[in-house]
Amino acid sequence: MREKTLTTLEDASVTPVVLGGARGGPDVPTLRTDRYWVQPVVTFAVLTSFVAYASWAAFVNKNYFVGASMNRNLISPFYSPCLTASCVPGASHGPTLSWWTISPALLILIFPLGFRMTCYYYRKAYYRSFWLAPPACAVSDAHGSYTGESRFPLLLQNAHRYFFYFGLVFNVILTIDAIVAFQQPGTPSGIGISVGTVVLLVNATLLWLYSLSCHACRHLCGGGVKQFSKAPIRHKIWKALTPLNGRHMLFAWMSLVFVAFTDFYVRLVASGTIHDYGFHF
Amino acid sequence: MAEEIIHSDQSGEVTMRVWRGDEDGGEFVEYVMPAQEGEVVLDVIHRVQASEAPDLACRWNCKAGKCGSCSAEINGRPSLLCMTRMDTLPFGETVTVAPMRAFPIIRDLVTDVSYNYEVAKRIPPLSPRDKTQDEVDAGGYRMAQIDVERSQEFRKCIECFLCQDVCHVVRDHEENKTAYAGPRFFIRSAELEMHPLDTNDRRQLLQEEQGLGKCNITKCCTEVCPEHIKITDNAIIPLKERVVDAKYDPVAWLGRKIRDRTKRTAAEAAAEAPSSGPAAVLPPGGVVAIPQPEGNGTGIPVYTAAPAAAVDVPPADDDGS
Repeated sequence: MREKTLTTLEDASVTPVVLGGARGGPDVPTLRTDRYWVQPVVTFAVLTSFVAYASWAAFVNKNYFVGASMNRNLISPFYSPCLTASCVPGASHGPTLSWWTISPALLILIFPLGFRMTCYYYRKAYYRSFWLAPPACAVSDAHGSYTGESRFPLLLQNAHRYFFYFGLVFNVILTIDAIVAFQQPGTPSGIGISVGTVVLLVNATLLWLYSLSCHACRHLCGGGVKQFSKAPIRHKIWKALTPLNGRHMLFAWMSLVFVAFTDFYVRLVASGTIHDYGFHF
Repeated sequence: MAEEIIHSDQSGEVTMRVWRGDEDGGEFVEYVMPAQEGEVVLDVIHRVQASEAPDLACRWNCKAGKCGSCSAEINGRPSLLCMTRMDTLPFGETVTVAPMRAFPIIRDLVTDVSYNYEVAKRIPPLSPRDKTQDEVDAGGYRMAQIDVERSQEFRKCIECFLCQDVCHVVRDHEENKTAYAGPRFFIRSAELEMHPLDTNDRRQLLQEEQGLGKCNITKCCTEVCPEHIKITDNAIIPLKERVVDAKYDPVAWLGRKIRDRTKRTAAEAAAEAPSSGPAAVLPPGGVVAIPQPEGNGTGIPVYTAAPAAAVDVPPADDDGS
């Protein structure tokens, strides 16, 4: 057990540093000559596109489920779990909330959205590209004063681990959706594989990789341990998660793009625009 | 090909634009030097000193990326002069060399980095627990490698202060210097926080006095670190998560309360039981006062807290449960 007798707050107050000393170099936002602006611009464009698409997809409230009429069982990840009375037949995940009359996606998207909004990687991405604090390293940020995440509302970033917990629940549901997608009602065996099945499976896999590489996950599974020798199992888990954590940015982008693609694919099949090619056993 | 290797223009020369000035002001001065193969920026600066500007001030020492002295900004990027090869810079373009922007200028490329030393004084040093009898018999503390290997990454720091320089919290907001430790000292705190012997709980200090919450994890410190320490992923974010454990996690708080209550009950029972040996001797409430050692035998001063200001930061999970 850690002891709690020692503090240094009383001796570690204001750092006695002389402020306002003249600085060297010209008074310009940056001396960088490379194309440092490309990364924040691309990030801004991709994230804005995703938010625009996800908002449209959440509000449109149709073409999110491919059911028995097409011998399939595919549901968009934006609408899963479908918990409202307005869910199309076959898409419902069980108990329905009759008082919710608008799009079922709006009920659930707050959780994956919150997970990504408070994610340590996305924070870097949008602080740089949207908030310009700073737009790139050694480039002046665009604000006169700065308190970072020490005050409300950015203090709420500390809720990341709760969104992580909710994210795990969604991962389980979307994994079940991917398994259920192997059902092909109306075919002789009732089971088969299609492009849609693979898409849902890849989507669930990427979401698991994104969640398991999360910094909060790494901390909760073992990073918070003071002495690994006293917690060998948590040490093993931490060691296993650390390489995944090093690729958190990669998984963040891959899962973001693919979850939108999955919704798009289901939407195209559900609307009859394309056929979901596959075979049954 | 040869031109690329030596980073020269068609005339076989390199143009260096170097900041010259002091606290009263300054300007960039251009120096055109013959290109030489295999040079780093510091080599060219030395040739400028040797040939055209003997009064050019530049701090340097090892020329091997280990002393952390020659920190500056090359083409606007915080870098070590001795570890930046000329052939990695854009071919044929003028090379701009300026002092670190976050610190007051002394002269030319030399800055006053004493802010960092003031912050360093405010990092509570290691306060080791008492030795067990086995450790006393063995002649010293015993630690498992897996308990110290996380901290060893942070020991690579050469204190070049490039991370402090690039951190926009102080680079662009001077006023934060009075209450912001910065990346270099977050890794120092992380090193101690993860140390298996340390009895300090640094989380409240980090949050309230050292400005951990001001860091918005844009990872610039990691980008510029010449030792490739993963400052953000391995130090700052784990520290933020530990602060969340202590301050923002009601589930963890409830777990601690239940666990503390269980331990108190056991301690009370032990106190009421007839004494049968050292294990049964506990003060009321089960709180064991930690003897503050006067020294640890290594010459490292040991911080002793004033009891009146003890901080009641709940302990983190440390038992793997």
